[in-house]
Amino acid sequence: MTKQLKGIAASDGIATAKAYMLVQPDLSFKQSAVQDADAEVQRLHSALKQSTDELQLIRDKAAESLGEEEAQVFDAHMMILADPEFTGAIESKVKDDKINAEQALKDVSDTFISMFEAMTDNPYMQERAADIRDVSTRVLAHLLGRALPNPALIDSEVIVVAHDLTPSDTAQLNKKYVKAFVTDIGGRTAHSAIMARSLEIPAVVGTKSITEDVKDGQMLTVDGLTGDVTVDPTDEQIAASQKEAADYAAQKAEWATLKTAKSITADGKHFTIAANIGTPKDLDGVLANGAEAVGLYRSEFLYMDSAELPTEDDQFEAYKQVLETMSPKQVVVRTMDIGGDKHLPYLPLPEEENPFLGYRAIRISLDRDDIFRTQLRALLRASAFGKLGIMFPMIATIAEFEAAKKIFEEEKAKLVADGVKIGDDIELGMMMEIPAAAVLADQFAKHVDFFSIGTNDLIGYTMAADRGNERVSYLYQPYNPSILRLVKHIIDAAHKEGKWAGMCGEAAGDPVMVPILLGMGLDEYSMSASSVLKVRSLMKKLSTEDMKKLADKAVNESESNDDNIKLVEEFTK
Amino acid sequence: MEKREFNVIAETGIHARPATLLVQAASKFNADINLEYKGKSVNLKSIMGVMSLGVGQGADVTISAEGADEADAIAAIEETMKKEGLSD
Repeated sequence: MTKQLKGIAASDGIATAKAYMLVQPDLSFKQSAVQDADAEVQRLHSALKQSTDELQLIRDKAAESLGEEEAQVFDAHMMILADPEFTGAIESKVKDDKINAEQALKDVSDTFISMFEAMTDNPYMQERAADIRDVSTRVLAHLLGRALPNPALIDSEVIVVAHDLTPSDTAQLNKKYVKAFVTDIGGRTAHSAIMARSLEIPAVVGTKSITEDVKDGQMLTVDGLTGDVTVDPTDEQIAASQKEAADYAAQKAEWATLKTAKSITADGKHFTIAANIGTPKDLDGVLANGAEAVGLYRSEFLYMDSAELPTEDDQFEAYKQVLETMSPKQVVVRTMDIGGDKHLPYLPLPEEENPFLGYRAIRISLDRDDIFRTQLRALLRASAFGKLGIMFPMIATIAEFEAAKKIFEEEKAKLVADGVKIGDDIELGMMMEIPAAAVLADQFAKHVDFFSIGTNDLIGYTMAADRGNERVSYLYQPYNPSILRLVKHIIDAAHKEGKWAGMCGEAAGDPVMVPILLGMGLDEYSMSASSVLKVRSLMKKLSTEDMKKLADKAVNESESNDDNIKLVEEFTK
Repeated sequence: MEKREFNVIAETGIHARPATLLVQAASKFNADINLEYKGKSVNLKSIMGVMSLGVGQGADVTISAEGADEADAIAAIEETMKKEGLSD
């Protein structure tokens, strides 16, 4: 029966396909005594064999569709299944304690997991703990006769339905067949939403109940423009959805003509529309959408996608590739932004009451300058291959910026002394995401080459609200005059010192925000690659003179976020 | 019993990929093969055992094999150690 759901529109586009449930089945069990231990061992062996066979299949598929590197995690899993110390211990436990294989498996894997997790000085072992957990879950599922979802095995067009999608889930998805995402939780800035936008597939997140409302294989239509999801749609609904998809494709075609155009307003002013990237792989989207620069290269993915600290050479290769590909356009690399919700298995951080107010980003870099120096050296070496900008995340004080800059200058001097070729036009800037820095932007502007406003954190810290917390997410108000005043102050401060100001948060590509930012004279707009053409098309219709009036009202006369949404509507209709 | 000592020269020690390859090499043989480091001995066919030793750069390790194919096993392991740049 047809059912309508409404979620948050997180990535543009419209799709119709079968649902693929990426949901963990119920794997609960009870400990029980066994009479025939040999039979139980037999049962264990057959579950181990099924798991190995399944992993081999997944491994081959993953290697074929995703590449060898993504497939290697499954090699690690098979190794564990083949480990005599692991399987032998489970077998002995069944025989000695006369307990069911499920319990023996759990006991043995728990022992290994806690042993490895305790090795806090050895990141590799901590990562193995996650592998053991994955493998145990697979064997347990086979013992219980339940099927685990194996996203790597998807081989027909599907819409992935999940409670939430983790980076490791999405790494296993075959992009060719996944037509859309729908999740129970999350917002526009959730990992699943960002992933969908970079894959340029529609996504609706935060439906609250999609995993309960749809069964595997049922048809779904997903509208990533409105947030509407239809379970088991009628033929008419499918037809209507397909027509909308066609209309949307036509609109995209119009945008495509803007691909090679500059970003010019109705009154002929040029602004830079840049793209945000996480890895060199994202460059395809940047080029396909005609971005005029990379305004944010999130270097932390180099760290998060690695099993150990990436070496100077590994980093150099990645930065060089991005700089070379984009040259002569600028690439702004944000130095390691770890902490908060981003963790490295091999760099254990202390447990903190408030990780978002804790040891993260530049605070780690200045404390662990060994890691920071390696990154800066890789960046400096890569700077010879294009136009590089470097920005430091989470700068709160001028002293922090100066300390980071000093380390940069030291490494630069060493490389120059060694005769290494270095770009002569490197710009050093900072993220503007901490209110304390925003308020003092006029002083900061004397020290930096540029500012890049990180709206997500700036809004979060200014409103004192976690955007991921559904109870307070209403406070995530990008157009609130308080936020806009900070933004305007930052832009004015930069311009007063002859520096440029950009924005690399989600707001830079937001059709309500862009008119206001144009009015404030923001120089660079860095967004998901998939938003570039939409914003370029929007800019063409706006005149900076009108937008100045809009910005003036938005900052000085409005009282609320909603006031400003209405104001933008009036000015842009 | 065949026995051989190795000095680990790889910068990262015996970690991740090299450990996997050593275990794969050892697992091809019937002999019981052990890796000894700092007085602790583990089964070289056990990935978790090998990795739990946390063998770093500069470590001296002893690998011993006992069984019909012990000589071949040690030779194959030595080859893997060299090929993977673990020892010279």
